[in-house]
Amino acid sequence: MAKVLLKGNEALAEAALAAGCRFYSGYPITPQTEILEYLSWRMEEVGGEFIQAESELAGINMVLGAAAAGARALTTSSGPGFSLKQEGISYLVASDLPAVIVDVMRIGTGLGDIAQGQGDYWQLTRGGGHGDYHTLVLAPASVQENADMMAEAFDLAEKYRHPVLIASDAAIGQMIEAVEIPEFREHDINKYEWTIKGCKKGCEQRKIQNVYYTNPNYETYLKEKYDEMEREEQRYENVCVEDAEVVLVAYGISSRVCREAVETARAEGFKLGMIRPITLWPFPVKAFSEAKEAKAFLTVEMNILGQMMDDVKLATNANYAVDHYGSIFEIPEADGIIAKAKDMWKKGEI
Amino acid sequence: MRLAAPETVTFTQSGFCPGCGHGLAVRLIAEVMEEMGLSEKLLAVVDVACGSLNIDSWRFDTIMAAHGRPIATAVGVKKVRPGNLVMAYIGDGAAYSIGMAETMHTALRNDNVVALVINNSLYGMTGGQCAPTSLPGQITTSTPKGKDPKKAGMPFRVEEAFTGFDIAYLARASMADAKGMIQAKKYVRKAFEKHRNGEGFCLVELLSPCPTNLNMTPVKSVRRIKDEMIPYFPLGEFKDKKREE
Repeated sequence: MAKVLLKGNEALAEAALAAGCRFYSGYPITPQTEILEYLSWRMEEVGGEFIQAESELAGINMVLGAAAAGARALTTSSGPGFSLKQEGISYLVASDLPAVIVDVMRIGTGLGDIAQGQGDYWQLTRGGGHGDYHTLVLAPASVQENADMMAEAFDLAEKYRHPVLIASDAAIGQMIEAVEIPEFREHDINKYEWTIKGCKKGCEQRKIQNVYYTNPNYETYLKEKYDEMEREEQRYENVCVEDAEVVLVAYGISSRVCREAVETARAEGFKLGMIRPITLWPFPVKAFSEAKEAKAFLTVEMNILGQMMDDVKLATNANYAVDHYGSIFEIPEADGIIAKAKDMWKKGEI
Repeated sequence: MRLAAPETVTFTQSGFCPGCGHGLAVRLIAEVMEEMGLSEKLLAVVDVACGSLNIDSWRFDTIMAAHGRPIATAVGVKKVRPGNLVMAYIGDGAAYSIGMAETMHTALRNDNVVALVINNSLYGMTGGQCAPTSLPGQITTSTPKGKDPKKAGMPFRVEEAFTGFDIAYLARASMADAKGMIQAKKYVRKAFEKHRNGEGFCLVELLSPCPTNLNMTPVKSVRRIKDEMIPYFPLGEFKDKKREE
């Protein structure tokens, strides 16, 4: 398929259809509303079902029903609305159901604001709802990745019978870039025996419910599922990490600025590198073994607290200086990142 | 008189309390499905409350959804499997309190699903707290001095709120005696017929005994339905779209 110019949100929506998604229920919230608007007309064209739900709560619980019935089901939201999705995400996990949920992150706590942000990292990676669970979290950094990761997200969701989250943000959702939408694939709602379809006489009834009720070994079952994800699904991109003295750690839109920072710093003779987590959970611990010359790690995130620092400390056994370059209302700037990285490097020398 | 339950009723040991109404509703649904020849087509969504035990009481493919969300979940199921019958089986707390928005917007969209609402005038699973359907003066664990309508409002009557919606069917029956059960079965069957014909949202409320949480004998809790509930919650069909047309 030829490349077309699309907004990040629209590319994501079209790619979901290409991946065989035929059920969407969502609620308007900036900066993800284009996904809902796009699917409001486009879903019908491919023979799928679109519902503008009365709330995010209803939306995610409709998705649960659609997923149980065998569809590739999607819902999308941002910040405040994503919080309302947590009830359903927790139930999807407990019911062993695949689904894809997109958080087009915006800034802040409470209402916050509609500008880009990366403040939902903890909510995305720690299991944002009640109970102890994780979900796979994919973090696109371009419009093309928005498209590519939709296909991957649905495949992973089915592989593990588990919800998969996409951590996009307002900048990627709103920017327009050239994108190639993956080939259209059909999904068969009867592909899996476990989907509800009607119980024939003499057959075993299908129950979509709490694994805590149905599986006497649920602790082992769930733990092994998460262990396998951590073993098999770590995805990352390392940029000039091997000889880097300071390593930036950034995902999504921030990683694009960090890439520029690495190039600029190296042109000046400062050995800067970047680890870009592509899966936020499982956190790509494997990526850090390549950082053999590093003295310090600097996360670059659009939030106040440097939420990813904890994971970097864990990945490096807390043996290194770890700090955070936070830009709140604005996308981080390469010059500022380099200055802070140099500062860390100097402190490391002392 | 027929004694054998339909083969889709599978439980041999009931998890329900003695005198509970859920067992009656299970059998009623199973009989209607059998008589319509649609047992293999029904997909059920139950709430997490007492009615969730139905998942182990019948042999229909079933989802146990979050509290108050079964109607929304049922809508998702029906959109994906339009050829099946889809029912949300929930209590009055789920339908009229935590899930009121879902119930109301399903009615607003006139989505083609059946909602069976078991109204026992309290929260059963959590031990008998006040519900939107609790009667004035009703002693519950969260209204130990009796429900005060000045604070909690008058009991919610679905027909007062929902007849204005463009829905297919709305009815209430009682499960307090044989006469009530015959009427209940008639209404449930009608709801599923309309559902099968694609007419839209059908809600049937069934008045149900909960002796455990009312601190009553099963016999007294049934008598309470006749003496106290039916005078406030009238029985009958409140919306029958096709007949009106």
